[in-house]
Amino acid sequence: MIPLSGFVSQLLEIILALAFAPLLTGWVNQCRAWLQNRSAPGLLQPYRALHKLFNKESVVAESASPIFRIAPYIVFGCMALVCAIAPTLSTDLPLAPAADTIALVGLFALARVFISLAAMDIGTSFGTLGARREMLIGFLAEPALLMVLFSASLITQSTSLANIVETLAHQPFAIYPSLAVAGVAFTFVALAENARVPVDNPATHLELTMIHEALILEYSGRHLALIEWAAALKLFAYSCIGLALFFPWGIAGAGTPLAMIVAIPVLLAKLAIGGVLLALIETINAKMRLFRVPEFLATAFLLAVIALLVHVLLGA
Amino acid sequence: MQFFGLACEFEPLETPLPIFRARVDAGQWLELARSIVEAQGQLVSLWGSDRRRAGASFEVAAAYRTADGLLCAELPLDPQRPVYPDIARFFAPANRMQRAARDLLGIQADGSADCRPWLRHDAWPADYFPLRHENTGQERFDLPTEHYPFVRVEGDGVHEIPVGPVHAGIIEPGHFRFSVVGEKVLRLEQRLGYTHKGIERRFIGMDVETGARLAGRVSGDSTVAYAWAYAMALESLAHQRIPERARWLRALLLERERVANHLGDLGALGNDAAFGFALTQFSLLREDWLRSNAEWFGHRLLMDRICPGGVERDLGDAARQALREQATAMRASLGELQRIFDDHAGMQDRLVTTGRISPTLAQQLGLTGLAARASGRTGDLRSDFAWPPYDSLDFKACSQHNGDVAARLNLRFAEVFESLRLIEALLQRLPEGQVRTPIDPPANAKGAGWVEGWRGEILVALETDEAGAIARCHCHDPSWQNWPVLEHAVIGNIVADFPLINKSFNLSYSGQDL
Repeated sequence: MIPLSGFVSQLLEIILALAFAPLLTGWVNQCRAWLQNRSAPGLLQPYRALHKLFNKESVVAESASPIFRIAPYIVFGCMALVCAIAPTLSTDLPLAPAADTIALVGLFALARVFISLAAMDIGTSFGTLGARREMLIGFLAEPALLMVLFSASLITQSTSLANIVETLAHQPFAIYPSLAVAGVAFTFVALAENARVPVDNPATHLELTMIHEALILEYSGRHLALIEWAAALKLFAYSCIGLALFFPWGIAGAGTPLAMIVAIPVLLAKLAIGGVLLALIETINAKMRLFRVPEFLATAFLLAVIALLVHVLLGA
Repeated sequence: MQFFGLACEFEPLETPLPIFRARVDAGQWLELARSIVEAQGQLVSLWGSDRRRAGASFEVAAAYRTADGLLCAELPLDPQRPVYPDIARFFAPANRMQRAARDLLGIQADGSADCRPWLRHDAWPADYFPLRHENTGQERFDLPTEHYPFVRVEGDGVHEIPVGPVHAGIIEPGHFRFSVVGEKVLRLEQRLGYTHKGIERRFIGMDVETGARLAGRVSGDSTVAYAWAYAMALESLAHQRIPERARWLRALLLERERVANHLGDLGALGNDAAFGFALTQFSLLREDWLRSNAEWFGHRLLMDRICPGGVERDLGDAARQALREQATAMRASLGELQRIFDDHAGMQDRLVTTGRISPTLAQQLGLTGLAARASGRTGDLRSDFAWPPYDSLDFKACSQHNGDVAARLNLRFAEVFESLRLIEALLQRLPEGQVRTPIDPPANAKGAGWVEGWRGEILVALETDEAGAIARCHCHDPSWQNWPVLEHAVIGNIVADFPLINKSFNLSYSGQDL
């Protein structure tokens, strides 16, 4: 029997993620435009784009197999589930036991596999090019992400994300050197995984430099809308996981329904600040050469390993 | 005058820059090409004309750049079998020009290894030639698509990436066939000609005033350079001189065009490296620049500001003051942006060593203009054959040595600073007087104009018929020489760097698909 408060917090989390993920994307775009001295698109632009795409016809290539058609749903489903198990508002989540941190990384990988298969499915050279690059980034980013999550697990003796955050949030305030290093590694991975500058350019129109955009070149209409929405969810999930792990204050624990009311504005404030920082990173950096990406992600992996060692050797 | 000990007599044209023309026979045609290669001269342009209406035959002409100036050799051809000796074996850029001349006029380079069509994209059959007088160029054909054999690269793991002619962004159409292994480019082959619009045919029979407007529309980003080259050609065939003030104003327009284009390219180069901040800053500067063009000259891109005999409108004292202040302010803003570029490690990492053309390769392939000066070459018409008013401005050609994307970017900065200095000097010392004189073109005359546009040297060869209208007008863009070099610049680079390399050359599609 799931207690009512848990059910409510779980439901609230999913709704919040689905509803606010495009807002975060819009906010980052807006901040980036301001930082670049441009007049910004409206905050609600991603919603308008989704609305437009859902009302458009979906054109599918003649050579498309069923994988191409189901991939957007699988990707969207994966990202929605990730948002459901990430403790954004509360750690009292009935769905949390469904997947621990290892499974979380697995969910990201599953989405990646399907979007890459779908990109290669049509047989255009850009899709294949994008899929190849996406896999290059994925297989380097995943171990680094795992290592980051392991450092947090070691501190809290659990691989469940909810338990980790619960433990971190209720410990007396202390700066863990291992978590600080892991936080930097996590930021690197998050930039790469969400196709942001300096790894990818979400605003590019140059087909030969694209990574994420090349994967979805053949999608249109509702399929594209789902993928765009899933990309927004992914950014939202990564931001929330990062905030929950490294800045866990204000997240409600089990049996404190009132704390949820505080948790929402706290989360929004933290996301707003995070969005500004992301826009800042994207503005001051240029995109790196494709073959620098492995170095970049290797650095992330190295930092994550250092975080682990710091914890094991220093116990901090 | 004679050159290289050849028996043919070169006749100088009345142009501000030294241009000579001579009729040659097939032996001299080859001998001249060989001598020019030995003297490290370069092919500027090759084109054909149908002169049968004037009682002659087909004719092929080649223009070479030498230390003494521009040498134009004209070779009359047999009307029944219009073939001429191939010069692509001496000059790599001749290949595409010879193929274009064959597609348009049916004159054949004898012994040429590459016989594929260039401009003819199934819009007309192989035995139809739009530049021949018996055809109007208006005929329509419904033809099936022909196979165009790209050069195939074979080997383990090699595959092709076809890109274009329709691109994801709003750019001009061109097809690029990459042969890659992994991310590394083994070979790039271009196919252009998608913007062929029959401009050379359209010129025929047009009156010279309208022709000036058409010449200014060959390539929109170089409209001033084309208009000046055309006007220079017309004035040279009419043996007329233009007022001093008009020359200075023309130079002012040319430098303003150069600055506007370099600003656009600098921003776009930043954007292609995902450094969006640069694009907005440079776009702001460029927009201000273009608006003041509109305010003081009457057109944002300066189209039709240069006309035969002078310039369209004079510049008042208020305008001179405003433009000088603008140049000074621009220098300050650019200095700051250059520092940002120089200090940005991420940008420098993308730019340095990317798309490198060594000085030796640049010489072998006949690279010209801005791109050549970034590869250690020094050619700039404004200093090599300084014509008025450049002869009194103490102009220094800028040069870089590395030949990579960074060099082409830095060269643009250097050239903008030099252009700003020229603009200030031109405005300060602008001579008084008229700005336009009427031009009366004689019948059956030939002239040429040669101008250093922002991309490189632009050549216009003009010929009038017995009524004083245009018999033939050939416009040459430096992109003809530089597109094939781009194919070499990407070899060994990764596919993802191609947009950056391409942008650093920023060649014209429209300007060469005439």
